[in-house]
Amino acid sequence: MIDWIIVLQAGVATGTVLLFATVGEILAERSGVMNLGVEGMMLIGAMTAYKTAVLIGQPWLGVLFAMLAAGALSLLHALVTISFQADQVVSGLATNFMGIGLSLVLGEGLSKAGTVALLPSYTVPILSSIPIIGPIFFTNHSVMVYVGYLLTPAVWFYINRTRPGLHLRAVGEYPAAADALGINVYRLRYQYVFVGGVLAGLAGATISLAVSPGWFSELTTSGQGWIAIGLVIFAQWDPWRALAGAYMFGAVRRLILDLQGPQTLLGLANPFYYMPKLGFFLQMLPYALVILILFIGSREAMRKRIGAPAALGTPYVRGERG
Amino acid sequence: MAMTETTATGLRVPFTLRVEPRLEVPRWLGAVTSAGALILAFVIGGGIIALAGGDPIRSYQHIFKAAFGSVGVLNDTLVKATPLILVGLACALAFRMRLWNIGAEGQFFLGAWGASAVVLIPLLPKTAPRPLMLLVMALAGFACGALWAWLPGYLRARLNVNEVVTTLMMNYIAVSWVLYWVFGAWSEGGFQMSPVFPKNAWLPRLTDYAGAVEAFAGLTLHLGFLFGLIAAVLVWFILQRSRWGYEIRLIGDNPRAAHYAGVNMVRNTVLVMMLSGGLAGLAGMSEIAGVVHRLQGAISPGYGFTGIIVAWLAKLNPFAVVLVSVLFGGLILAGREIQPSGVPRMLQGVILFCVIASDVLLRYRVRIVRRGAE
Amino acid sequence: MPEPVNAVEMHGIVKRFPGVLANDHVDFVLRQGEVHALLGENGAGKSTLMNILAGLYRPDQGTILVNGQRVHFNSPRDAIAAGIGMIHQHFMLVPSQTVTENIVLGLDTPRFFLRLAELDRQILELQARYGLKVDPKAKIWQLSVGEQQRVEILKMLYRGARVLIMDEPTAVLTPQEVEELFVTLRGMVASGHSIVFISHKLDEVLAIAHRITVLQHGRVTAAGLDARSVTKRQLAQLMVGREVVFTVQKPPARRGEVVLRIEDIWADSDRGLPALKGLSLEVCSGEIVGVAGVAGNGQSELAQVITGLRKCRRGRVLINGQDIANRSPAAAIAQQIAHVPEDRTGVGTAPGLSVADNLIMKSYRLPPVSDGWVLNRPVIRQQAEKLKTDYDIIAPSVDVQARLLSGGNLQKAILAREMSAGPKLIVAVQPTRGLDVGAIEAVQRVLLNERSRGTAILLISEELDELMSLSDRIIVMYEGEIMGEVKPEETTLEQLGLMMAGQKLEQAQITPAAE
Repeated sequence: MIDWIIVLQAGVATGTVLLFATVGEILAERSGVMNLGVEGMMLIGAMTAYKTAVLIGQPWLGVLFAMLAAGALSLLHALVTISFQADQVVSGLATNFMGIGLSLVLGEGLSKAGTVALLPSYTVPILSSIPIIGPIFFTNHSVMVYVGYLLTPAVWFYINRTRPGLHLRAVGEYPAAADALGINVYRLRYQYVFVGGVLAGLAGATISLAVSPGWFSELTTSGQGWIAIGLVIFAQWDPWRALAGAYMFGAVRRLILDLQGPQTLLGLANPFYYMPKLGFFLQMLPYALVILILFIGSREAMRKRIGAPAALGTPYVRGERG
Repeated sequence: MAMTETTATGLRVPFTLRVEPRLEVPRWLGAVTSAGALILAFVIGGGIIALAGGDPIRSYQHIFKAAFGSVGVLNDTLVKATPLILVGLACALAFRMRLWNIGAEGQFFLGAWGASAVVLIPLLPKTAPRPLMLLVMALAGFACGALWAWLPGYLRARLNVNEVVTTLMMNYIAVSWVLYWVFGAWSEGGFQMSPVFPKNAWLPRLTDYAGAVEAFAGLTLHLGFLFGLIAAVLVWFILQRSRWGYEIRLIGDNPRAAHYAGVNMVRNTVLVMMLSGGLAGLAGMSEIAGVVHRLQGAISPGYGFTGIIVAWLAKLNPFAVVLVSVLFGGLILAGREIQPSGVPRMLQGVILFCVIASDVLLRYRVRIVRRGAE
Repeated sequence: MPEPVNAVEMHGIVKRFPGVLANDHVDFVLRQGEVHALLGENGAGKSTLMNILAGLYRPDQGTILVNGQRVHFNSPRDAIAAGIGMIHQHFMLVPSQTVTENIVLGLDTPRFFLRLAELDRQILELQARYGLKVDPKAKIWQLSVGEQQRVEILKMLYRGARVLIMDEPTAVLTPQEVEELFVTLRGMVASGHSIVFISHKLDEVLAIAHRITVLQHGRVTAAGLDARSVTKRQLAQLMVGREVVFTVQKPPARRGEVVLRIEDIWADSDRGLPALKGLSLEVCSGEIVGVAGVAGNGQSELAQVITGLRKCRRGRVLINGQDIANRSPAAAIAQQIAHVPEDRTGVGTAPGLSVADNLIMKSYRLPPVSDGWVLNRPVIRQQAEKLKTDYDIIAPSVDVQARLLSGGNLQKAILAREMSAGPKLIVAVQPTRGLDVGAIEAVQRVLLNERSRGTAILLISEELDELMSLSDRIIVMYEGEIMGEVKPEETTLEQLGLMMAGQKLEQAQITPAAE
């Protein structure tokens, strides 16, 4: 039988990785810059965090270095797309290749490292005793999960109720107006692309030092960076919806594993147990799900007339022949 | 008014540098910036090699010899280039219309699967004449690749769903699909590969004709290379000389104008994606029938992604795609010997960055303005 | 008594862009408490000069004084800090944000937390002081154009601007809204503000300005003229340097069969609000039907429905009896409808393709340009060369990218393309917008030629003078409906203005109907 509490709990845990990456990309895209290099940045983050933990033994230092490394990579993307006005899609792909390549090169031999100091896990007293909610959200979770709980409302508040958040939204919607009012569009975009990179690095560190500890080359992230990009659209650039989507995806990934275990499923013989090769179809599930949510999301967007930040994807050029 | 300007270092110079938008783009500038970017990338790559303790000059000499040093390695380079040509064309075609087909890798896999299905299901009897077998395999490969690209194309055309994400997701699904068959119904002896294809499912290679021409002995260059060359000519012709190509270029330049001109956006989006996917699928068939001769889990060292870089470096020009593919084929060949294994991928990233950074020179120019003049 | 210090002085301003000298040693003086009009054609350099004053551009040479002090603006922030605010022709408002959010955008306070309720209150107080009413909590996309302009003005006032630069403020207003704006401006001047009023409209300039400066091709042709002692003709001459003919010679109409009949069209705008409400009209061959109306009252949507670029919920669009409503642009093209679009560069041309490739945009499906699947390159080149000569398109060759063409030449290319297909109906939307006098004359000549050849023409324009001189009949649109149809020789600008503001023809009679 499938223990749904465990599935949801695992969903929150692995979903936190997606949450960080998605929120980071939301911030970057809200400023008008799409960064498709999330997968590469996450991988760099994961590798840097793990390597630091192996070499120095300090996981928190690993987290810090991971964030800086991924942030540095994102600055390359920022330079090329903001200052050189190159196409954001292609630059994002290049960022990806760089991130993956660098991680593989610098992470050579890491998988053979022995035990590594990981980030701590906690159970919140009192809150963890609440039926259902307690075990899912407050029991035996890595500290990163709790960071995620705090990050989401903080980012929402920042975007919608503060002055810098107002400027962020303006820069992504109508950069010419922001520019005319003295807001430095270029500097803000650099800033938020960097923040996106930093959060992607955080996501990577969360994988290698908390949720799925270890280094498995490219399989460490196995496409989660791309799922995050799809989630941004699903979330309609809102942190709370990102949270919901991320946890749901985390649950699906766990569910896939759990479905192959038991001999019976819903009272019938479990096909995934008796024919293990069907497991490959289960593996397709998260990716097919992304396509599905994009499909649903687009129809919803067409109905409700919501959409991406208006200036997303277009480099800002101060119109000289105004 | 001061006639000179003081630079940051305190020198007085009689001119300033002004960066301004470029009004006209000379035809040759694209090739020059691409070449310059490539050189810059090699310099950077050399720097990284040096930092890692190696000798850049010797490394590059080694790479050149390993890729182009003899007829034998040249042959191997061209073999590696073959799928790149087709995938590069697939990407170039789609990118011309600003359709970001990142799914060439998955379409490649589906093409390989489709071609294998002809042999392994089997769709044609083992004794079928070779030309027929190969033709059906090619058609199956093309069709499967096209089909795989259909869904993202349709979603983009009708619902404006971001094709970057959908084509990418299809990549992962494609790999799982092929693995299912390779581990399961088509597995040979429980290993993750299919049985070897019968001889009539092998694309003819130069070495097959060693009896007639001695020099061909040992040369594994196969018919797929010719597919690639023909495809390049076809793609060029379509883009530059056909009505459809005009529509593609128009959509790529200004979609609103294309709509205003009565171009059918939905149909073109889907068709171009399918043609792009078909070319990538054909690449898969070519690799399966020309090199590997069986279906297995590992049939591509990331051709689908390298193809993107090839297309971009070639500035989406079909003939340049052939040239760049040969270059990258050499790099892949030589790169197999380079440790650590991430270096080729990293180099690809560096090259792509240099290329897109150099594109800025196509949009702006630096002018030297004499102060006080005009 | 000492001379009062001038609000603004600009001396010897020079500004160059690639290929053009926009400001050629321009001097400009704005006195305290005056409305000073900056007059000139499109491209004369007025906006450039004021963009420099507002801190958006930096001059290559020249000095600026504000209240007697030398200033150097590195950015719009510096200009606003010096009390200079600009209200642009195209509003710089973020559509998805509220009025209040737009007004406080870019300010240093509040430091971090946005207390929206408090800010709303402040805005309302400001509004009361100047008589500019608008709901602070409304989102910009929900507001009318006149209300959006008020937000722009409030934005500058909130920042303490004493000098206001208004760039073509009346382009999108009805004559009544223009009067309201003038009342507001006079009030602001009375409370000590100084205003620069950029325009190319002679009547308005004479109505509102105290003094007038005229620019032509980047140079000042007259500085600080007293508005009370100058005539329209003199101003026009200073603007273009030659006698300007105010009306166009037009042969009498030869109306034929009905070519276009629109029956009871209902269509929505991009926002989902109804843009066309049961509209019906007819255009016959050999006549020009002008459509007047302030931008945003459904004219764009009307053109788009006719040319297949927009769907309609109800109604029929009949071309020679065929209903093409809700079919594609290709269907309209097949019915020989030519469309000269509003947006030259965004819709009408592909900037990265060659001029020749642009010229075949409508004809590429048919012989001789294409032969089945294949394009006939020699024929394309030949035809392009001929059109280039016939329509006097100035370009290095037909192979250069279309983005290199100037506005006027681009429009000529679009006309060449559309006319050369021998259309039965031409839908021309703002065809002379942004063009210099020479190009305007060329475009109008082409339209009149087509009219003589029997083509039916639907001319949608914001220039009432143009409509009056070219049209055989004028239809006025307001909020998606037709307010009335008049003949140019039987109407006045005032009557048109009233209809444009929502009065139906019956209510807009200025003299008792003399039937």
